[in-house]
Amino acid sequence: MTRHTLSVLVEDVPGVLTRVASLFARRAFNINSLAVGPTEIPGMSRMTVVVEAEGDLLEQVTKQLNKLINVIKIVELTSEQSVQRDHILVKVRADAATRLQVTQAADLFRASVVDVSTDSLIIEATGTPEKLSALLSVLEPFGVREIVQSGTLAISRGAKSMSDRALRSA
Amino acid sequence: MSKGSPISPALMAARPAAPAAPGRDTAHPVQASAVRGPNNVVPPTEMLGSSAIVRSLEELGVDDIFGLPGGAILPTYDPLMASTKLRHILVRHEQGAGHAAQGYAMVTGRPGVCIATSGPGATNLVTAIADAHMDSVPLVAITGQVASAVIGSDAFQEADIVGITMPITKHSYLVTNANDIPRVLAEAFHIASTGRPGPVLVDIAKDAQQGKMTFSWPPKIDIPGYRTVVRGHSKQVREAARLIAGSTRPVFYVGGGVIKAHAAAELKELAELVGAPVVTTLMARGVFPDSHPQHVGMPGMHGSVSAVTALQQSDLLITLGARFDDRVTGVLSSFAPGAKVIHADIDPAEISKNRTADVPIVGSVKEIIPELISAVREQYDGGAAPDISAWWNTINRLRETYPIGFTQPDDGLSAPQQVIKRIGELTGPEGVYVAGVGQHQMWAAQFIQYERPHAWLNSGGLGTMGYSVPAAMGAKVGNPDRVVWAIDGDGCFQMTNQELATCVINNIPIKVAVINNSSLGMVRQWQTLFYEGRYSNTDLNTGHDTVRVPDFVKLADAYGCVGLRCERDEDIDATIQQALAINDRPVVVDFVVSRDSMVWPMVPSGVSNDLIQIARNMTPVWEQED
Repeated sequence: MTRHTLSVLVEDVPGVLTRVASLFARRAFNINSLAVGPTEIPGMSRMTVVVEAEGDLLEQVTKQLNKLINVIKIVELTSEQSVQRDHILVKVRADAATRLQVTQAADLFRASVVDVSTDSLIIEATGTPEKLSALLSVLEPFGVREIVQSGTLAISRGAKSMSDRALRSA
Repeated sequence: MSKGSPISPALMAARPAAPAAPGRDTAHPVQASAVRGPNNVVPPTEMLGSSAIVRSLEELGVDDIFGLPGGAILPTYDPLMASTKLRHILVRHEQGAGHAAQGYAMVTGRPGVCIATSGPGATNLVTAIADAHMDSVPLVAITGQVASAVIGSDAFQEADIVGITMPITKHSYLVTNANDIPRVLAEAFHIASTGRPGPVLVDIAKDAQQGKMTFSWPPKIDIPGYRTVVRGHSKQVREAARLIAGSTRPVFYVGGGVIKAHAAAELKELAELVGAPVVTTLMARGVFPDSHPQHVGMPGMHGSVSAVTALQQSDLLITLGARFDDRVTGVLSSFAPGAKVIHADIDPAEISKNRTADVPIVGSVKEIIPELISAVREQYDGGAAPDISAWWNTINRLRETYPIGFTQPDDGLSAPQQVIKRIGELTGPEGVYVAGVGQHQMWAAQFIQYERPHAWLNSGGLGTMGYSVPAAMGAKVGNPDRVVWAIDGDGCFQMTNQELATCVINNIPIKVAVINNSSLGMVRQWQTLFYEGRYSNTDLNTGHDTVRVPDFVKLADAYGCVGLRCERDEDIDATIQQALAINDRPVVVDFVVSRDSMVWPMVPSGVSNDLIQIARNMTPVWEQED
């Protein structure tokens, strides 16, 4: 099983997330992460889906996804050809005694402190899943109270846009 | 710098890589306009959503619809009553409306339309929608939905039918604004009938039906995510021709897609040019004439020895509009082990789904086959066609040694195969034959001679018992001048025979042959073969020497049909002739047959096609002389 990152350009209509997600479910794929948001084109959304799958089976599901009427285009983004980032917010135990150590650890990862209370901090960080997991292991000894993490966002390197060809030929 | 690459062959094929022939795009709609029908121009007119539904259907060229009203679709039934262009046929159960629309679509090639109310009306359509999805039948299902303000509140007769049918539709719509109705219906018909056909559900909230809107025609269709590749990639077509020219054991593996594409004439030309054996799958029966010397039968679990073996021993499968269904391939890893595969299909997701294609061609077989004919001719001009006479010797020997046949039952009752065979012979190839699901379906596929496409209808993929009577009804509406036989079983018939009322009231004179073996025959056959004859819950008590509940002749009579019964071999022909002579009302014939007859040949489930049995525990002798 290998990890694949798919960028899926879809029409922004009700039910499109269900249609996409249920296709993965039907073939018993587990979606590792999913991020959905608007794009540079009005009425179009883009999903970034990270799945673990064998290549042949993934290709089959990709073809099925392409058959969905609301799906405009699907592209697989490899880590070499694209920039991929996750976003995380972590609530860490930090009182007067440990606060400085925690903020220093955050600095090392270019993470920022976005909330402070007498016995906790919220740290915000952006990076690859590997970097974020390293950050978490450094914070772990202080006591991680709560984690919320976005799905991976991915975009291809270079000048070309995913929507170029898709919309010209539509 | 690099960028991500599209990973779908569909998109690769859509990319205009090869220079297209003048005036032909690589991807283009089948019709000049994406809006079906005559494209009359209707200037903006104020009306209610319900009237817009009726008017849109009229403008789309719809003649016949099958349905049953209820609360959430009531507003639409009012203007429907006033329509002079739409004939609405009131069914007795919504499943009947769905299958009737399928039967209508299968004989006419035009989308079938069924209509139902919300909740239970809509859920009763689910089986027919799933059936149409599996067998790629163009179907538009219109359902009423509760008012948009109460959707999601468990309102009376509310069901999330868009959600329920999501995995079994090609696409679906929930309409909550009356102004969307013309566009959505035009899109639904376009999607249902182009590319790989399939069912489209249009769920219309009651307030959208009751709302004011401005109707104009034709609407503007905007479906940026829907592009059908019609024309095959020319490089792939040339490669396919090269393989054909180099093959010594080629076989045409022809599926239902060739019927859907109306490409029977093109297929015949290609097949005769190449001279290879042709097998027609359960969904393709008739697309290549059974009487043609190159036709070697139906492949699959109950296929002929010659057809199954032709595929198994082939070195090249020329696959046209077929999908390597498990009922054809048996155990996939042992299917046609020595064959390279050319796979032409309009649905890129079918290519290499089950069997990896050596030469995939995405497109309509209607366009691909003529291209392939030219390409094969070019190959032959460079040298002679390969000699495949040794291949034909092998196949002819199998065809002569193991023809499709049957043995007379020991219990003195008629052989079901004989009944079905005579129905086909006395009715002829211009008839339409619509089967249910089970033994009678397989016998109808085996023993009736099909000479033309659209003459054989059945539920192939989903295997829906109860398909026959309502689908035959729809077929008769679509083809009123043809004799339409429902070849049904006693089990299937009891699932949907209420539509006989619809047939009688609306003067749809179908003929129903109930092949009555008093049991769920195919299940019983498996119990005989694989469960030591323990007949768990397969006895239906409808046949010879039973209480006959129900009595099918009395049932027919109660519905106002003619009911006939045939219990002896010597009466078979006369009974069929009698049924053929009645054209003013439906006829139901109770053919009482032996329950011990079994469908042969058979490839038992879970084994290689090489282990095909011609009768119980009897396999063909595979002497190899070439």
